[in-house]
Amino acid sequence: MPYFAGIDVGSLSSDAVIIDGDANILGFSVQPTGAHSTNAAEAALAEALDKAAVSRADLAYIVATGYGRVSVPFAHKRITEISCHGLGAHHLFPDTGTVIDIGGQDSKVIRLDKFGKVVDFSMNDKCAAGTGRFLEVMAERLGVSLDQMGALSQQAQREIEISSVCTVFAESEVVSLIARNQPKAEIIRGLHKAIVGRVWSMVKALGVTGAVTMSGGVAKNQGVVKLMEAKLGQKVHIHSEPQIIGALGAALAALRGGKA
Amino acid sequence: MSLTNKLQFSFMKDLGAPALMALNQAGKKKRPPKPNPHFGPPLKSAKRLKEIMTRHYFLARYARGARPVAWVTSGAPVELLRAFGFYTIYPENHGALCGAQKMGPKLCQAAEEHGYHPDLCSYARIDLGHYFTGITPAGRLPKPDLLFASNNICQTVLYWYKALAHYHNVPLLLFDTPYNFRDITDSDVSFMSAQLEEMIPVLERVSGRKFVMERFQEIVQMAHDTSALWGQVLATMSHRPAPMTIFDAFVHLAPVVSLRGLPVSREYYKLLLAELQERVSLGIGAVTNENKRLMWDNIAIWYKVRDYAELFASKGMNFVAATYTNAWAETIHYLDQAKPFESMARAYGLVILNNNLNHRLGLMEQMIKDYQVDGLVIHSARSCKPYSVGQYDMKRLLMERLGVPSVVIEADITDSRHYSEEQAQVRLEAFFEALEN
Ligand SMILES: Nc1ncnc2c1ncn2[C@@H]1O[C@H](COP(=O)(O)OP(=O)(O)OP(=O)(O)O)[C@@H](O)[C@H]1O
Ligand code: SF4
Ligand SMILES: [Mg+2]
Repeated sequence: MPYFAGIDVGSLSSDAVIIDGDANILGFSVQPTGAHSTNAAEAALAEALDKAAVSRADLAYIVATGYGRVSVPFAHKRITEISCHGLGAHHLFPDTGTVIDIGGQDSKVIRLDKFGKVVDFSMNDKCAAGTGRFLEVMAERLGVSLDQMGALSQQAQREIEISSVCTVFAESEVVSLIARNQPKAEIIRGLHKAIVGRVWSMVKALGVTGAVTMSGGVAKNQGVVKLMEAKLGQKVHIHSEPQIIGALGAALAALRGGKA
Repeated sequence: MSLTNKLQFSFMKDLGAPALMALNQAGKKKRPPKPNPHFGPPLKSAKRLKEIMTRHYFLARYARGARPVAWVTSGAPVELLRAFGFYTIYPENHGALCGAQKMGPKLCQAAEEHGYHPDLCSYARIDLGHYFTGITPAGRLPKPDLLFASNNICQTVLYWYKALAHYHNVPLLLFDTPYNFRDITDSDVSFMSAQLEEMIPVLERVSGRKFVMERFQEIVQMAHDTSALWGQVLATMSHRPAPMTIFDAFVHLAPVVSLRGLPVSREYYKLLLAELQERVSLGIGAVTNENKRLMWDNIAIWYKVRDYAELFASKGMNFVAATYTNAWAETIHYLDQAKPFESMARAYGLVILNNNLNHRLGLMEQMIKDYQVDGLVIHSARSCKPYSVGQYDMKRLLMERLGVPSVVIEADITDSRHYSEEQAQVRLEAFFEALEN
C-alpha cells in the first residue's frame, strides 16, 4: 500500500504527518526547526515514519510546506502553508469556513469555501507582535513556560492593558509592569489580549464565515483561544495537535498527487 | 533667460541631442535581449519612447537659463504652465526612474540623514536625497525657477514642495483641490478655477512671457487628445489576448504624465495605438499563453517590474488593467478648450486619489467587468497612504460582489528596504494556487 507524507518546516517547528491512501493519520512528529531546516525536516519525517511504522521506501509522494519548504530536497512538490492549513483544517473539521493559524513568525487568516478551497487570505508577518514568537519573548521575561501561560492567564481577576503594538516596546512595558509587582497572571492575560487584537484586525478584514478552526502552536494556548472565542462570539475547533495541521494538509495534497 | 543659454539649448535641441544620443547608442554594444518564450514579440514603439524620454532628460541639462524651468507634481494641471513655455521636470517620474534603477534606498537614506522620516513618501525622500547629493540616473536635473504642486494626489506634496521652495528659494504655486466626498459642486469648481486664473500674473513674471488665451486653448485641446489616446491605448487590453501588459503600460505612461500638452506625446500615442491595433487584428498577445487576466491596484513596485512581468508571464497570467495607469485616462479628457479653466478644475479635481472610495470601488468593479479580470493584485504601498487606505475593504467587497480573488503585497514604490522577497513570494504562490485550482 502506498503512503503519503506532508512536511511543514515552520520558523519554529518542523512537523511531519504520514497518511495512508484513505487519509488516515498513521503517525506524526513535531520537532524544533533549529538552525538547519533540512536536518529538521529529515528528523521530523524519520520520527513520523517510525511512529507510523512505515518505511521511507513506501512513501509514494511527499509535499513540503512552510517557510522552509524550499529546504526539503526530497519533496516532490512544494505548496504554500495557506493552501495546506486550509486542506488540513477542512479535513479535520469539514464545516470550517475560516482558519486562524498563529505560528511562530506569522499569523494568517484563511477563508475556505465548502470544499476546503482557499477563497481569500490575509497574513501578518511584518512584525512579531501577533505571533507565537511574541509570546515566547514575553514568557521568557516573565519566567514562565509556554505551557503554563494559558492556565495562568485563566486565574487573572482582571487584565492589564498592554498598550504597545510592537514586541520591542511591549517587552519594555512588561519589564516595567514586573518592576511594579503587577501579578503575572494579569500581565499574561493582557499579552494574550494584545495578540488577539492584532489577529482580530485580519479576521475583521476578511470576514468570518462558517465554523472557525485554529491551527498552529498558539492554538495550544487556552488563554488565547478563550479570548478569541469571546471576540468571535462562537466556539472554535481545536485539534489535539494544532501544530500538525499544515503538515496534514501537505500530506493530503500528496495524496492528491500534489494538487493544492 | 540669457542669450547664451538660449543658444546652447536650441543647439542641443536641434543638433547636439540627436548627435550625442546617436553616439551614445553606437557606444553601447547592441546585444539583442534573450527572447523570453513567455512573451510575445516586443513593442516596436518602445524604441521611440526611449528616444523621447532620453531626449527629454538630456535636454533638461541645458534648460536652465534658456527656458523657465518648473518642477511639477504628477496631478498638477501642467497645461497652464505650457502656455508660458516652461520646461517641466516631474520629480515623481524621476523617482520612478531611480526606483527602477534600484537607486531608491541610497537616495532615501540620504534624505533620512538630513532628518527626513523613513515613513515619508519615498518619491519625496528620493527627490530630497537628490537635492542633497546630486545623484541621479538622468545626468543632471535643471534647478527650478518655479514649483507647481497640487494636493489632488496627497497632502505630502504640499510639505515636500514647501521644503523644495525653501532650499531652492523659488516661488511655489499651490493648486488646492477640495476632496470629493460625494459629487463635485459648482462652488468647488469656481474655487479651483479662480486659483488657476490668479496664477497667471505669477507665471508671467517668472517666465517673462505674456499669457495668450488662444495658445492656452490649443494646449488644453492637445492634452485632451493625448489623454483620450492614452485611454484608447489602454482599452486595447480588453481584447483577448491583450496586445500589451500593464508592465509595458507603466513605462509607456511617461509621456502622458510628463509631456502632456506637448505635440510629441500626442504623436507618440498615435504611433503606439496603431501598433497595438495591428497586434489586436493579428491576434498577437503580450503574453504568449494568456490564460488568466489580472488587474493591478496602486503604483508600480518599480524595482520589481521586470521580475514580476517575467513571473506572471511564465504562468500565462497577464495584467490587463490597473487603476494607476487608468488615472491619466479617467478625467483629463474632461478638458474642454471652450471652457479651459472650469474644465481643468473638473479634470484635476476628480482624479482618483482626490475622489471618494465609493467611486474607486465602482471604478474597479467596472474595470473588472470591462477587462474580464480573473484576479486582483493589490500593492499596499508604504509610501502612498492615500492610495493604500481602504484597500482591505475594497478587497473584501470585490470578493463579495464579484467573487474576484485578490492578494495584497506589502511593499513600497521605490524603497526596496520595505520589500521582503520571501513574504511576497508566499502570498503570490498562495494566490496562484487559489487561481489555478
Ligand atoms: N505547549 C504550548 N503551549 C502554548 N503555546 C505553545 C506551545 N507550544 C508552542 N506554542 C506556541 O506556538 C508557537 C509556534 O507555533 P508553530 O509551531 O505553529 O510555528 P511555526 O509553524 O514554526 O511558525 P510559522 O508558521 O510562523 O513559520 C510558539 O511561538 C509558541 O508561542
Ligand atoms: S504620497 Fe502617494 S500620491 Fe503623494 S507623492 Fe507619494 S506616491 Fe505620490
Ligand atoms: Mg506554521
